[in-house]
Amino acid sequence: MSNQTQIRLAGSGGQGMIMAGVILAEAAILDDKIAIQSQSYGPEARGGASKAEVIISNEEIDFPKVIEPDLVLSLTQEATMKYGNSLKEGGLLIIDEDILLPEGFESSRVIKVPILRTAKENVGRAIVANIVAVGFIAEFTQLVSRESVEKAVLGRVPKGTEPMNKKALSEGYALAQSVK
Amino acid sequence: MSKKTVKLMQGNEACVEAALMAGMKFFAGYPITPSTELAEISSEKLPRVGGKFIQMEDEIAGIAAAIGGSIAGLKSMTATSGPGFSLKQENIGYAAIAEIPLVIVNVMRGGPSTGLPTSPAQGDVMQAKWGTHGDHAIIALSPQSVMETFDITIKAFNLAEKYRTPVIVLTDEVVGHMREKIEIPEPGDIEIVNRTVPGPGEDYLPYRLEAGDIVPKMAPFGAGYRYHITGLFHDETGFPSNSTENADIMLKRMISKIEDNRDDIVMFDEFMMEDAEYAIISYGSTARTVRNAIKTLREQGMKVGLFRPITIWPSAEKEIREVGRKVKKIIVAEMNMGQYVQEVERIVKSDAEVFHLGRANGEVLMPSEVVQKAKEVF
Amino acid sequence: MTSEIVQKYFRIENLPHIWCPGCSNGVVTRALTVAIDELGLDQDNIVVVSGIGCSSRAPGYLDFNTLHTTHGRGLAFATGIKLANPKLDVILIAGDGDVSAIGGNHLIHAARRNIDITTIVFNNNIYGMTGGQYSPTTPTDAKGTTAPHGNIDKPFDIAQLATAAGATYASRTTAYHVNQMVKYFKDAITNKGFSMVEVASICPTYYGRKNKSGSGVQMMQTLKNDFIDRMAYDKLPEEKKAGKHLMGVFKNITLPEYTAEYQRVIEALQGGESNE
Repeated sequence: MSNQTQIRLAGSGGQGMIMAGVILAEAAILDDKIAIQSQSYGPEARGGASKAEVIISNEEIDFPKVIEPDLVLSLTQEATMKYGNSLKEGGLLIIDEDILLPEGFESSRVIKVPILRTAKENVGRAIVANIVAVGFIAEFTQLVSRESVEKAVLGRVPKGTEPMNKKALSEGYALAQSVK
Repeated sequence: MSKKTVKLMQGNEACVEAALMAGMKFFAGYPITPSTELAEISSEKLPRVGGKFIQMEDEIAGIAAAIGGSIAGLKSMTATSGPGFSLKQENIGYAAIAEIPLVIVNVMRGGPSTGLPTSPAQGDVMQAKWGTHGDHAIIALSPQSVMETFDITIKAFNLAEKYRTPVIVLTDEVVGHMREKIEIPEPGDIEIVNRTVPGPGEDYLPYRLEAGDIVPKMAPFGAGYRYHITGLFHDETGFPSNSTENADIMLKRMISKIEDNRDDIVMFDEFMMEDAEYAIISYGSTARTVRNAIKTLREQGMKVGLFRPITIWPSAEKEIREVGRKVKKIIVAEMNMGQYVQEVERIVKSDAEVFHLGRANGEVLMPSEVVQKAKEVF
Repeated sequence: MTSEIVQKYFRIENLPHIWCPGCSNGVVTRALTVAIDELGLDQDNIVVVSGIGCSSRAPGYLDFNTLHTTHGRGLAFATGIKLANPKLDVILIAGDGDVSAIGGNHLIHAARRNIDITTIVFNNNIYGMTGGQYSPTTPTDAKGTTAPHGNIDKPFDIAQLATAAGATYASRTTAYHVNQMVKYFKDAITNKGFSMVEVASICPTYYGRKNKSGSGVQMMQTLKNDFIDRMAYDKLPEEKKAGKHLMGVFKNITLPEYTAEYQRVIEALQGGESNE
C-alpha cells in the first residue's frame, strides 16, 4: 500500500476529468504499473461537481476506491469545496488560479496553477484544460513517463484533435516545470 | 508464451469483449444504469461481426428477444440492473424450464425499487437464485475485477451452452464501471463450448437425454426438426404433459444437471487460508476490500484468511463446509443487509460461528470497517 | 377422416385439442394452414410463436417450429427469432388479452419497427383460459366474471391500433368469413413487414354464456350479420349503421423492413455478407 498514489481529479461535468483520469491510468499501465480508474456516475456526471479517481501502484491494488488522496486537482470552486478537503496528511492540492480557498481550509500544500487560462490562451480552446492538467500532473509527480502519457492521449482523444491535444499536453508539462 | 493484448478497460466493456470472443452473436436489452455500457458497446460491435443488436421496448422484451435469438441458434446475451433484473425474472424461469442457453448480466445497484441507481450493492444475490417462481437450479458468477469479468463472461457462455441453462453474471457497479488493466488472450487460447446439436437426419426428440450427454441436444429453429418449445411442463417430445410422474423426472433432471456438476461449475479463490484461524467470506468487489483488510490484520498478528466464492450459485458447498471445519469464526462481508450469510450459515451449521458485516446504503465497505469487525468478533 | 391439410400441417398425435365445443379457434387455426399451403411455404422454415391463452395453444397442434412463450411476450420472442434468422417465416398467434393487454407494448413496438412478423389475433373479446374475465376488447356494458355489473371500459380496436402504431398491413375479418380470412392471411404473410390480421372470434362458453349470445352457431350467425366491409359500410344509410362492426383491409403499404435495414447496417460495416 505504501507505494500507492491516490489521485482525485475534480471539476464540473463536461470538463473531461474522467478522460484525464483514464489517460493517467492508461499511461501507468503502458509503463507496466498497476492502475485503477473510477468515477462518479449519475446526475453529477452531467454537470455540477464531478470527480474521477486514479490509483497508481507498483503492486496489485485491492481496494479500488480512493480513500485519502495524495493529490487532488480541482478546476472549479464548487468541486474544490466538495472534494478538496479529504487529502491525506501532507497531500498536495492543485487548484486553478482563480479558486478561493475558504478560511480554515486544511491542506499542507496548495499550488495555484493557471490551467484554464493556459488552455484558453495558449492552446486556444478551454475544452483541453483536462489535457493541460494531465501534462501538469505527469510532469509534477513523475508518476508516469511522458512517452506513455502521449501515447494514451493520442489513443483516447477524438480523431482530428490530436495536434491540439498534443499542444495542450506540452503546455501542461511546461506549466509544471515553471512551478517546480 | 502466447501473446496477450494489454489494455485499460472498464468492467462492462470487458464483459462485451469476452462475450464476443465467446461467440455472442445476439444482444437484446433495454437501457438501465449501471449496465447501459453493455448495450451501447454491443450495439457498436455486433453488426461488425455479422451479429445482431436490438434495443427492445422494455426489460421483459429484452430477455424475451434474447431467448428468441438463442432458439434461432445464436449465442445470446442480455444485460440489466436493479429494477430490470426484477422485470426479467419470469423469462429467466422460461429459459430455465425450456433449457435455453442464455447469459444475463446483472450489474447490481442499490435497491429495492429504483433505489440507488448509480451506487453499488450486492442485494440481488438471493434474487439471482430464487427470483423466478418455482423450483429450478441456476448458475450465477460474480467477478471481483475487470480481468475476472472477462474470464467469467467466457465461462458464463460456456456453461450456458454446456448445460442449456440461463447463466447470470452477477457483477456490481464498482466492477462494472471501474477501469483497470486487462490482458486479452488470443482467440485461439480461449476454450469455447458450443451447444450440442442433433446430426442430420437424426431421429430427434428435443428433450430426450441421449446416453453420454449432460443435456438434450438442441436444434435451432429452421434446421428441419420442427419441434415444440413451451414453458409448460413437458415430456421428452417437448409437448405439454400433466403427468406428475413426468413432472418429477423433468424437474429432477433440470436441477441435477447443475447440482450434480458442481465440481465443473464451482469456482472459488482463497487468500491466506493455509494457517487461518478465522475466515472472511466475501465475493465480487467487496472481496477486494476484505483482501486489503486481511493484509492489515495479518500485520497485526491475526491469523485470518479470505474465502472468495466466484461461483455464487450453485454455492461452493463442499469448500465452504471445509472452511467452517477449519476455522473458529467466520465473517461474511457483503454489500447487503444479510444474504449470502444465510447460505454460509446453512452450510457450516455449528462448525463455526458466523457473523455478518454488511451495508446497503450505496457505499462500498471500507477496509477499516472489516478490520474493526474482525477485531470485535474474532 | 382427416383432410389432407390437417394430415400435413397438424400434429395429429396431439389432437383432440383442448378447446371447448363451439369455439372458433379450430376454424381460424385451420385457415392459417390453408393459407400456408396455398402459398407453398416450406414447412421447415415456418416458426409459429404464441403467448398464453386459449388461442396460444394452437402452435402445439401445428407441425412447424413452434414456440409457446410467456403471457403477452410472444412478439418479443418472435422479434428475437426473426432478427437472429431473417430467413424464417415468423407468425404469431395471440388472443386479445395476450396481445393488447399484457403484451400491448410489444405489439405497438413490433408494428413500429415494421419487422416482418405476421400477427394473427383470435379476438374473442374475453379471457377464456382463466374463465371469462373482461379483456381490452370486451364491449362496454358487456359482462364478464370480473365485470358482473357490466363493463365500463371502452374497447380497443386492435387492427386500428396496429395500423396507428406502424404496421404496414392490417386487416380484420371474422371466424365466419373463412375464404376472406385465408386471403388476408396470405396477404399478411406475403407482406414484407409487420402484418396484423384480427379475426373476430367467438367464445360461447364464457363470453356467450355471460352475455346470453346463444350457441356457437348463433354466435357465428351474429359475426356474419354484424360485420360489414368498411367500404360497404360507408355506403350504408345512417339508420342501418348502428351495431355494425367494420372488417376489411385497413392498411397495405410498403415501407423498409426492420431486419432488412439491419442487414444493410451489417453490410455497410463489413463491406460484405453477414455470416448468418
